[in-house]
This record gives sequence, C-alpha cells and structure tokens, in this order.
Amino acid sequence: MKIDVTINGRERSFDVPPNTLLLNLLRERLDLTGSKYGCGIGECGACTLLLDGEPVLGCMTLAVDCDGRTVETIEGLGDGDGLHPIQEAYLEEGAVQCGFCTPGFIMTTKALLEEEPNPSEAEIREYLKGNVCRCTGYVNIVAAVQSAAGKMR
Amino acid sequence: MNPINKHNTHIVMPFEYHQPATVRAAVEILRKHPGAKPLAGGTDLVPKMKQRLLEPKHVVNLKKIPELSVVEDRGDAVYIGAAVRLREIEKSETIRRRLPLLSSCVRSIGSVQIRNMGTLGGNVCNASPAADGALGLVALEATVHIAGPGGERQVEAKSFFEGPGLTVLGEDELVTGFTVPVPTEDTGTCFISVGRTALDISTISIAVALTMDGDRVKDAKVVLGSVAPTPIRLADAEKQLKGKTLTEKLVEDTAMKVSESIKPITDIRGTAEYRREASRGMAVEAITKAWREGRTQR
Repeated sequence: MKIDVTINGRERSFDVPPNTLLLNLLRERLDLTGSKYGCGIGECGACTLLLDGEPVLGCMTLAVDCDGRTVETIEGLGDGDGLHPIQEAYLEEGAVQCGFCTPGFIMTTKALLEEEPNPSEAEIREYLKGNVCRCTGYVNIVAAVQSAAGKMR
Repeated sequence: MNPINKHNTHIVMPFEYHQPATVRAAVEILRKHPGAKPLAGGTDLVPKMKQRLLEPKHVVNLKKIPELSVVEDRGDAVYIGAAVRLREIEKSETIRRRLPLLSSCVRSIGSVQIRNMGTLGGNVCNASPAADGALGLVALEATVHIAGPGGERQVEAKSFFEGPGLTVLGEDELVTGFTVPVPTEDTGTCFISVGRTALDISTISIAVALTMDGDRVKDAKVVLGSVAPTPIRLADAEKQLKGKTLTEKLVEDTAMKVSESIKPITDIRGTAEYRREASRGMAVEAITKAWREGRTQR
C-alpha cells in the first residue's frame, strides 16, 4: 500500500505491506534507529515517538495508519550541530545511563512541555509513567524535565 | 524476507487492510469477510497479532470514519463515538464537567501513549473484566449503540458484556458509540482503582454514584471491576443504601456487603482474598467520597 508520511520535516513516500509497523519502517527502511524496540507490548515506552505531535508507541502502530500524518523522532530534535534543550538537560542532569530508554523519554518530555510548559513533579511523573528506565531511578529524569522546562520558557 | 519474530518485533502474517469512510461500508466489509478484525487504537489487537494469538486475514481500520469520532453534549446525556481516543475524552471539557466519573475512569487507563492510541470503543469491546472505561459506562447506565447488516440496535452497557473478552456483539457488528446519561446535580460519584504499579491494569476497581437528598440516599449505583467475569453492579449493596440516611456505620456495613457479595478469583494480578479485603476499604472510601460530593452539590 502506498503511503505519504512526513518524517522529521521531510515528506516521504513508501510502498509498504499492511503488516509493517511504524517502528520497523523507521528502523529498517530509513535507518532511524533512535526509537528503540523494547517490550513490543506497550509497557516500556522505548519506542515512543510523536505522531501528529502526540506521543504514541511506534511498535504498536501500523505504518499504513500513518498515511498523510506527521512523525517526529529523536533524530528530528537537534539541528545537526546543536542538541535540543531537552537533550542538553538530560545530559547535564545525568538522566542518561545506558541510554536505551532515553529517546522515548525525551519524546514524551517534548509532548509534555508543549502541553504544560511548567509541570509540577507530580505532573511529570504522571505524564512519564509510560516510559520505563531501569538505570537512573527517575530522580535525575524528573530533574532533567524541570531543567528543560526552564531552558524552553 | 522472513523476519525473526522471537521478541514480537513484527506482525508475521500478512493481512488485507481496509479503511472504510462510513459505518455502512465497515459493516459490509465485516459481513463479507468473517473473522475480520476491527482496528481502533490497536493497543490490544496489535500486540495480539504480534504474538500470533490472533491472525486475522482482514483488518478494518475504524479511525477514518468521521461519525465514530464525535463527542456531543445532548443536554441530559453526552454522546461519545466509539473511536474517540481515551486522551480526547480525558481532555474534553464537556466530559470533565458533565461526566467527571467517566473522566476519572479513563484517566486511570494505561499511559499517555496508550491513551493517545486507545479508544473508548476499544476499551469496551475488548471486554476485559478490568476495563476501567467499561466500569464507568456501566455505573452511569450508558447505552451502547451497535451497527450491523440489519441496521442499528442499542444495548444497556451492563448487558453488553458476557464474560472475559466476550460481548453480545456479532462478528459483523460494530459498536458505533455510547449515550451516557448525565447524572443529576445532587449526584456524587467516585472511582478508585488499585494496581500493582502506576501503569498496571487494575487489580480491582470500584465506581460509586450516589444521588443524595441531604444525607438521604435517593439512588445508588455500586459497580466493581476485576472481581467477576464482567464489570458488575452489586444490587445488594445498592439496596442497602437506597432510601437510607447515610451514617458512617451504614457505609461500613455496606462495604462489608460489597466484600461478601463479590466472587473474585486469584490471578496474576492478585489473590481472591486480597481482592475481598481491598474491596471493603475501597467501598468505604468511594461511598464516603460520593456521599460528601452529592451532599455539597445540592
């Protein structure tokens, strides 16, 4: 099936079988390996990306369902030279250890800060509860979101 | 290419994909292809397809049907289309104001990502005994709208479920939406759910709606999730409250009745004993909150 999808600002056309998952399209056809494959059943959030600006799970989304829509992944955040303020904040606050969960966390954080530029700790924890991190214990991640919120205001 | 699917990274089996623009066309596809699966948010269907628990030959995407995505305040009721996403329900000012109980049920489902994908129709049609959205609809005495080859029919939410994963829906039928009556202003409501972690599916959940005249209960609805094959209304507990003046003692007694009248099972999320014990405490809290809210709104 032919689909047109805007990925990180670039319009692209694909011919995909209907059983193609969005995450696999990105990782296998475009080598956009930032979004990670974690659990495959909607529990870890490692594959979180933005579909029409909203965080969804790329590993449970059919590529054909994205026809005419806009996809944004971690690769679309920086401008090629500099990092996005959220990426900077995650590095500065030590919110990244093994890094596997980080792209998903950062994409969810982006959606959160667009909805609520000044979230409380409770709001941050609630919004990010669909992203699992097994390294940091979340304290530094919450600090990074708060710091990113400050940078972006 | 034959992808390795050891960790459910792919949907292995091919299928034909349909995206009808009308309910009529969707029903026609379902009728023509027995075993075809309607796709809404995909948060239940897609993992099952990846795990090869379901391998439909036809998948019918319902999200391109405009009439399924409507939220409409109709005065004494709110109509919610089956393909309205859970996050839209959560953000809807109409639903927050008019149906706060449903709003809090929906907020308890999954994560932001899951609620951005999942729909109210999907939550209901999946017919999990733990579906929090379904619990809210049963407590609010919603009507389920169903379309099939023979036309439309309506079923009360409490009669829609027949068991875990089982509903009255025929293979060629679709849920198109829900009419949810708006509780009167003297009605207080409360939803509580307990899960292992913040993201987990409810181990047990309760929704209570009390219509109050001061401290006297005019009408009561007590509904529990994850304690039976379907969400259940507890007629005995409701009877114990109706027409009575609420006291802390009556709340305690009713909570005991709740705990006695459920028939929970032991499963991966909790033991029967735990559920029985938890239901008592949750009932005290939910009835008390609904009582206070109903009293003050008057």
